[in-house]
Amino acid sequence: MHSFGYRANALVTFAVTILVIMCAMASFSDNFNSPSPTASVQVLNINWFQKQLHGNDEVSMTLNISVDLQSLFTWNTKQVFVFVAAEYETPKNSLNQISLWDGIIPSKENAKFSIHTSNKYRFIDQGSNLKGKEFNLTLHWHVMPKTGKMFADKIVMTGYRLPEDYR
Amino acid sequence: MGWIGETIESFKSIKIRKALSQAVSFGLIISSALMIWKGLMCWTGSVSPVVVVLSESMEPGFARGDILFLHMNKDPIRAGEIVVYNVEGRDIPIVHRVIKVHDTRDTGEVYLLTKGDNNEFDDVPLYAEDQLWLQRQHIMGKAIGFLPYIGYATIIMTDMPIIKYVLIGVLGLLVLTSND
Repeated sequence: MHSFGYRANALVTFAVTILVIMCAMASFSDNFNSPSPTASVQVLNINWFQKQLHGNDEVSMTLNISVDLQSLFTWNTKQVFVFVAAEYETPKNSLNQISLWDGIIPSKENAKFSIHTSNKYRFIDQGSNLKGKEFNLTLHWHVMPKTGKMFADKIVMTGYRLPEDYR
Repeated sequence: MGWIGETIESFKSIKIRKALSQAVSFGLIISSALMIWKGLMCWTGSVSPVVVVLSESMEPGFARGDILFLHMNKDPIRAGEIVVYNVEGRDIPIVHRVIKVHDTRDTGEVYLLTKGDNNEFDDVPLYAEDQLWLQRQHIMGKAIGFLPYIGYATIIMTDMPIIKYVLIGVLGLLVLTSND
């Protein structure tokens, strides 16, 4: 009844139970954090804008991205993945989301920054609908916890427009 | 020596009735494990509700050996979500992030492009030949939560199968020789 095996078993079971409860509590405590991040994105320049050989529009732009995501960090936050996506509708597609830039923020100290960058991923439409197109730039973030549930949210910025002509 | 002697003794003392009851409890363990797995499948709607991360392509978010919980429903898939997908001609599912989405208006078809956070380029080279986009049928689930390190045991077991057999043998012995 009180053999080594039973004691080891009881000890391991208890330790694992405690660990699971602590992980669950750490994940649950994230619910009490109500973050208030801020962001602004400006299109500084359209570097070029053209139609590819197979008929899809492609645009290259320079962006200024200023964000303050410090309030997203809690003690259970491993990293925050942040990206800016262009979102627009076309006659064929009810939604197009194209990630233009992304980054990994490893700690709270790095969560407030402002950068100039040209789009990291190619901004290519499915078709040729980008002339004079209105689009939204949305800053999305995904909070990766040390353990438990992942969180995501976004800030939508409206009122951007592409030029009427290729350049 | 004493322990081995006792074990042999306990083997000798196994009677038919006892052996049967042990077979039943062994069956109970296996069937309850199966029930939990199938129940999770129903609840999450994903063919494999739990996956182990095998590559370093999502570092530092997910490391080798982390466990991911998947969920699959009718909700649209959006940029930024981490999906697990399967490509024809590959046996191992891949866990990567969606970076581009095109939702077709008429047919409801979805075109997705994925990329690993730690990779330099997008996933087109990983897809099947001539495949440029992922579609709904390739997606096994979305990652909704994760636990670190726990999956490492399965990685060790697939890398060194001998450990798996030793472990199964020891557990089997324990079940057979336990006196409850």
